[in-house]
Amino acid sequence: MAKIAIFDFGAGNLFNLHQSLLGNGARSVDIIRSLRELENYDGLVLPGVGNFDSAISSMQKDSALMNAAVDKGMPILGICLGLEMLFDRSEEGILEGLKILDGDVLMLPKVKVKVPHIGWNNLRIVNTGSNLLKGIPQDSWVYFVHSYHIEPQDDKLIAAVTEYGSKLPVVIERSNLFGTQFHPEKSGKIGAQIMKNFVNICEKNE
Amino acid sequence: MPLSKRIIPCLDVDNGRVVKGIKFRGVKDAGDPVELAKTYCDQGADELVFLDITASKQDREIMKSMVRKVASVIDIPFTVGGGIKTLSDAREILLNGADKVSINTATVKTPELVTDLMKIFGRQCVVVAIDVKRNYEVDEKNEKHTIMHGPERDFYFEVMIYGGSKGTGIDAIQWAKKVEELGAGEILLTSIDADGTKNGYDIELTNAICNSIRIPVIASGGCGSSDHMVEAFKKTDVDAVLAASIFHYDKLTLDKVKKYLAEKGIRTRL
Repeated sequence: MAKIAIFDFGAGNLFNLHQSLLGNGARSVDIIRSLRELENYDGLVLPGVGNFDSAISSMQKDSALMNAAVDKGMPILGICLGLEMLFDRSEEGILEGLKILDGDVLMLPKVKVKVPHIGWNNLRIVNTGSNLLKGIPQDSWVYFVHSYHIEPQDDKLIAAVTEYGSKLPVVIERSNLFGTQFHPEKSGKIGAQIMKNFVNICEKNE
Repeated sequence: MPLSKRIIPCLDVDNGRVVKGIKFRGVKDAGDPVELAKTYCDQGADELVFLDITASKQDREIMKSMVRKVASVIDIPFTVGGGIKTLSDAREILLNGADKVSINTATVKTPELVTDLMKIFGRQCVVVAIDVKRNYEVDEKNEKHTIMHGPERDFYFEVMIYGGSKGTGIDAIQWAKKVEELGAGEILLTSIDADGTKNGYDIELTNAICNSIRIPVIASGGCGSSDHMVEAFKKTDVDAVLAASIFHYDKLTLDKVKKYLAEKGIRTRL
């Protein structure tokens, strides 16, 4: 059974994520502050709390280890900010992103919609072969809280979108690299299924 | 398609126990916040709000352990408010598993608390509660007040603190704009005029605030039926409604309310 690490940016509430992974099949879940410990784990979660620059600086010294984990095919799930960090840069901060994926993170358009985007919205799955979204019905409700959104250069990364002012890419998947703009740990039964899927992917990678 | 409208039950907590009459079949202990949170969650609540109405010092410890227990049984977001005065009060609640904190009186006294919280935890964690009452002592020369024209007398919307008991002279519309700038992620807007009446939400106030800011607004105060929610969603741009007493009995469960709203054309998560 899978042993999963949550990287702590030092910004707070990881309790829900921890509970959710344990409740959805992970054997053990640890909160780590350095990626040097990563080899002991079957998967990594980048949580969705905090702000861009402080999260990036907490990871900067480990960026080589992060790249190595991606290259080795370790299952990685970025949630909200944890997803945004994977890209080149964000309008939220001045530091460079982790640059694992090509693209930018932009502020939601305030003129068109209320910002932050808070609440339950529908998932439109565009990659029906997605492993992370296995068993998730089209138009499922998931919970969002964010002010920024990703703009990947490569459309093929996008596994699902949500309509909010425009079509926002909200799930990405590239082999074992996953990201959700919404919070699966807060999205009721649908979110629980997504967490289970991720834990299963980690198990296969053991 | 727009976002779904959120229906948020509110639980008043005193000394770690939910107060006000709550009667559900199948709930063993009607005062246990954890059991009620689970029940509401299973019935389809979109979020929950816990308001600590005592907020004494020893109560903070009890609240912390309650937050932790609630966070381990539900998988929807929840907010905790009441008596949060400092960054460390808020931090304790958030680190124990609450998704958001709601701050009220403290915001008026130390507005920079909003910015500090936003910087550390992110805007989405910061709900600013604004309690509002109509004040008919209008001073035409005060440019800080937005004068509203009532059927009989003019008034302005005044921000109240200490649970709605004390006026501040601050105009609620200006205040909402200000806290948006300071870093609030959402406004929990309570009409003291409507609160407890069960005559419906304060549509005039809700419109005045929703039309002045671009962050989500939760309306509170006055709800006595599902139709009041329909009215709030149809007549204003509000994002969520808070209700306490109507959910506290079996007859009007969340799933029934949400189904009713959907029949009336309101987009809800079913």
